Amino acid sequence: MRDFARLYAELDETTATNRKLDALRNYFSRTPPQHAAWAVYFLAGGKPRQTVPTKLLRQYAIEYGGIAEWLFDESYHAVGDLAETIAHVLPPPKQTSDIGLAEWMTERIAPLRGAQPEKIRDALFAWWDQTDWRERFLLMKLIGGGFRVGVSKLLVTRALAEVAELDSKLVAQRLMGWTDGRAFNQNGPTSDRYMQLIAPISEDEHQLRGGQPYPFFLAHPLNVEPQTLGSTTDWLVEWKYDGIRAQLVRRTNQNWLWSRGEDLITDRFPEIASIALPEGTVIDGEILIWKTDLPASFADLQKRIGRKTISAKMLAELPAVLVAYDVLEHEGVDIRATPQASRRAILENIVNYANNPTLKLSPLITTDDWQTLATIREGSRSRVVEGMMLKRADAHYGVGRTKDVGVWWKWKIDPYAVDAVLIYAQAGHGRRASLYTDYTFAVWDTEADGKRVLVPFAKAYSGLTDAEIGKVDAAIRKTTVEKFGPVRSVKPTMVFEIGFEGIAKSTRHKAGIAVRFPRILRIRDDKLVEQADTLDVLKDMLA
Amino acid sequence: MADMVVARKEGLYCVPGDFYIDPWRPVPRAIITHAHSDHARVGHGHYLAAAPGVGILKSRLGDINIDPLPYGEPVTHNGVTISLHPAGHVLGSAQVRMEYRGEVWVASGDYKVESDGTCAAFEPIRCDTFITESTFGLPIYRWQAQAEIFADINQWWRRNADNGRCSVLFCYSFGKAQRILHGIDESIGPIVCHGAVEPLNRVYREAGVRIPDTLAASDIKDKTVFQRALVIAPPSAGGSTWMRRFGDYSDAFASGWMQLRGARRRRAVDRGFVLSDHADWPGLMQAIKASEAQRVIVTHGQIPVMVRWLSQNGWDAGAFETEYGDEDNEALVEAPALEENKPGTQVGNA
Repeated sequence: MRDFARLYAELDETTATNRKLDALRNYFSRTPPQHAAWAVYFLAGGKPRQTVPTKLLRQYAIEYGGIAEWLFDESYHAVGDLAETIAHVLPPPKQTSDIGLAEWMTERIAPLRGAQPEKIRDALFAWWDQTDWRERFLLMKLIGGGFRVGVSKLLVTRALAEVAELDSKLVAQRLMGWTDGRAFNQNGPTSDRYMQLIAPISEDEHQLRGGQPYPFFLAHPLNVEPQTLGSTTDWLVEWKYDGIRAQLVRRTNQNWLWSRGEDLITDRFPEIASIALPEGTVIDGEILIWKTDLPASFADLQKRIGRKTISAKMLAELPAVLVAYDVLEHEGVDIRATPQASRRAILENIVNYANNPTLKLSPLITTDDWQTLATIREGSRSRVVEGMMLKRADAHYGVGRTKDVGVWWKWKIDPYAVDAVLIYAQAGHGRRASLYTDYTFAVWDTEADGKRVLVPFAKAYSGLTDAEIGKVDAAIRKTTVEKFGPVRSVKPTMVFEIGFEGIAKSTRHKAGIAVRFPRILRIRDDKLVEQADTLDVLKDMLA
Repeated sequence: MADMVVARKEGLYCVPGDFYIDPWRPVPRAIITHAHSDHARVGHGHYLAAAPGVGILKSRLGDINIDPLPYGEPVTHNGVTISLHPAGHVLGSAQVRMEYRGEVWVASGDYKVESDGTCAAFEPIRCDTFITESTFGLPIYRWQAQAEIFADINQWWRRNADNGRCSVLFCYSFGKAQRILHGIDESIGPIVCHGAVEPLNRVYREAGVRIPDTLAASDIKDKTVFQRALVIAPPSAGGSTWMRRFGDYSDAFASGWMQLRGARRRRAVDRGFVLSDHADWPGLMQAIKASEAQRVIVTHGQIPVMVRWLSQNGWDAGAFETEYGDEDNEALVEAPALEENKPGTQVGNA
């Protein structure tokens, strides 16, 4: 594990892409496959489930470190990361360990799940005795869940491709689905799978694919006037739906449904998983909850996402559909390099053939001029979509956010926006530790007796520059009224324009509404607290 | 017995001696522990400071009325016997020992217990009451031995040089910069110092501290020289036009705050080296224990944490609110990135 801990530290402590690439190449060129397999799993975004409850990790770290509980908590508030706090407060190790990553994962960490607290305590103490700072930090991340590496999947793909002397698109393809625990065997990533990943290209590459999806092609935000894009006939225009982007894969008489996060979600959406497709078909589309003629809000979809078992009642009340955008594989052949318009024609045939209301064709919006399109786009909200997608008629289906083989633009409508008052602040995590960066915003409501009160309605922590965060952080410290642990209540003095993508009724929130993707659009220094928006303004936005 | 030192709005005040220690408002008589700007300010009537620090104080504060006092040499003022003792923080940094009617108080200023070869090493002074700083007063702050840190810096520099890339190391110009210059392996390549750093190098050299030969960026006409160079610059130089000449470079920041990943990532430099001129948590504990003081008064940094910890562990602990910051923190504010804010220093500033 020492080597992987060193790699993790190297990736973590540099922002330079070249240095990260060097570190990755270095690691993969000298690491045995059983360990490299696990490393790929983590680096590609694999998230192991939490093995030991946070409460126990904290309790045993306090005991082993011999420090008071409050002092541990103070340390945690300064660090903003539990694993890092634990790694910093423990006394230096007594020994070293040469156990490799694969053994750590399968023989040490995995058996701890659900173990008796005493057994967990003994194990942690023994491990802390033989691990240095970097290893402890990594270990706590692996055990405590929430493991994340500061490296893009693209870079990992590049490093592997260079070490294996393969085309990186091939490696990207082979990497699809690597991080999903259920998709492959239960033992986790094995050396066999790693060897397949870096093997020379073979004749039966396609057969080896199993249920793997293709890398998703992603759109770029449109930041020019659409008129500059030429004739509308060069473009396929569709709605931009707000659901879960997914691929439905049909191979070897079996269906697989994959989310864009490369999680296998076949079991979560049985109605979509049971769509009959011709053998050797891969459809790219959007999962949505459909009610009569329109998609339901994302909030309804969220109710389905979280559930492992889906009741008949839920299936009836919240029926999911797949709105088909594209076809990537047809009759067992990868057709991603076929022009968009031709793929569309194939897609239409497939959807007609399937003849299943759960598989809908994403409608094309055809007009002769951009002005008419812009007018239609204005009505996006009433159609419960986020705007439009513009896909070049000759575009290939690319890999990720590439533009070299054609482009997709997302032409979104402006978000909802209100002016709200900052009332609570909490220190951030990671890069934002010890800075007040997580804010709760409120709008005005009038109580029965006519008194105006501020009602919290959203939390947001993104949208400000570092310089602005510094300014707001200083203001928060100056205007603090009370501190509750890491949270401060502040005197209402600062107004912000808060943007969000959607709004729904909520019984769980005091304000009676919940907003989706709230973020800070800008600081409204020009507005007084009294001039912030009211709850009624928000309620009027409810469809 | 009444307290010998109290906190006044002007600064820490020695009551029987009628003088201040590192005051932040103009006063008639001031003892200055060291020349960092939050401790040494202009406008006082008379200054007293440790002899090795007088040169820097004059260069920073201009024409001031100052008396140098050699380390360990007592001087009596209004019945208070004053002596200054090395604090190991920067050149000329001192702890202030005050003895009055048999009672001894020591004000630490800023200190570091690990000796670094650029200034007289920290000397524990026995006292009844110890006024301590607490910049890094949390158990998460434990420094590596500086030899390991310099090995890391050397390795980073060497690797960059081998790849034909300039190494730019940001650090505070006074103290940290000279400590780095003193500690690194000068055989790796040429060393370039920013204009804010070089005058202080001169002062250190004059004081007999070994500082390798350094160049000014403007002296170098052949740009290829930068490819193997280590550039020492204050954080405020980052992002300025001054940086353009170095071409492709790797940047790093040296500060105790780099201990935390969050702070490092906020800095957005290639590397963060955890090198501090302040005591870490074990260092603070070591200094407090070595003072044998029964009573400890905590200033600037992690005041509530230290006071609580000391109280729980048998000390009579209290706090003074001061307007001292820490030099790296100021450097960061200049930068203009953000840094750790320390609750204890808030009162005066807010």
